[in-house]
Amino acid sequence: MLNWIWAGMILISFICAICTGRTEQLSAAILAGASSAVELCITTLGLMCFWTGLMQAAEHGGLTRLLARALSPILSRLFPKLRRESPALGAICMNLTANLLGLGNAATPLGLAAMQELKKESRAPDGTADNAMVMFVVLNTSSLQLIPTFMAALRGKYGAAQPFDILPAVWITSVCALLAAVTMAKLLERRFCG
Amino acid sequence: MDKLGTYAMPTAAVLIVLFCLVRKVPVFDAFTDGAKQGLRSAISILPTLVGLMTGVAMLQASGALELMSKALAPLMNAVGLPAAVAPLVLMKPVSGSGSTAVLTQILQQCGADSFAGRVAAVLSGSTETLFYCIAVYYGSIKVHRTRHTLPAAFFGDCVACVVAPLAVRFVFHMV
Repeated sequence: MLNWIWAGMILISFICAICTGRTEQLSAAILAGASSAVELCITTLGLMCFWTGLMQAAEHGGLTRLLARALSPILSRLFPKLRRESPALGAICMNLTANLLGLGNAATPLGLAAMQELKKESRAPDGTADNAMVMFVVLNTSSLQLIPTFMAALRGKYGAAQPFDILPAVWITSVCALLAAVTMAKLLERRFCG
Repeated sequence: MDKLGTYAMPTAAVLIVLFCLVRKVPVFDAFTDGAKQGLRSAISILPTLVGLMTGVAMLQASGALELMSKALAPLMNAVGLPAAVAPLVLMKPVSGSGSTAVLTQILQQCGADSFAGRVAAVLSGSTETLFYCIAVYYGSIKVHRTRHTLPAAFFGDCVACVVAPLAVRFVFHMV
């Protein structure tokens, strides 16, 4: 998909620049855009390293496991068909907690493991998602992140007085989106039968 | 309320360090180990970012982004979103790096503390790349009938678009 989008971006901007007579700005943008990507990586690198480092230390101490235990009562309600001690529920907890802490690198493998476990317990025909799988993927698409570090680093680079002052607004929006998506998933369960 | 966010980062750092001390984790060693991982992942997204940020910069310079924002302005106004955020709304469900590129563009043009800049940051901080999530998770277990996944996830995204400007207004008392 990204192949088409990227090609489209290049072609559209070329055509548009010719029509509006901005070819000069266009060639300047190619130079500036490429180097600003490198600049962005370097300026955000410090904060990214600091934060993944801290999170790694927390992970070492077993923070993910502790939080996952705290989350499990809520989750067993969202996944009523799964047994409390099922390995799928454990993997789901770990994945969501990793997302919450912004441990993207850890979250994806945990999520893939959760999908494997869900498949083992699924009674749906092959190639079809069951309710638990849908709920899990929906939770992931609107997953809450407590401290969106990268976004704050970006704001800092572009002159925000206090890059983190945005967090309460992010939390409000995140929680609303999450609740809406989960409610919708529950409501639609019966409409979309296998 | 906007002060609350400024506490988040230092408080989290202190809590984590205390937690590690209580759990007897060699905190600095674990930290440097993790920071190395951050370095690796930042470098691995660089090629994607170079491609996409150049693409977005070209769209902007050619005037295409402006046209797009103008065309979508009535729709954006209806939900209370500033027109400058339109490219982000389109890019966000498709590509994470792409929306980073677009967000950068918006922050550069409107300023990080402007209304549009804040709404853009809130939007990109609050939901994940929808199609990527669906493709990776379902692809891994070869499921192609995803039933109500897309409608439910898409509804969440739409709610985020409506709530984000309201939340920014509420937190920063902005009009």
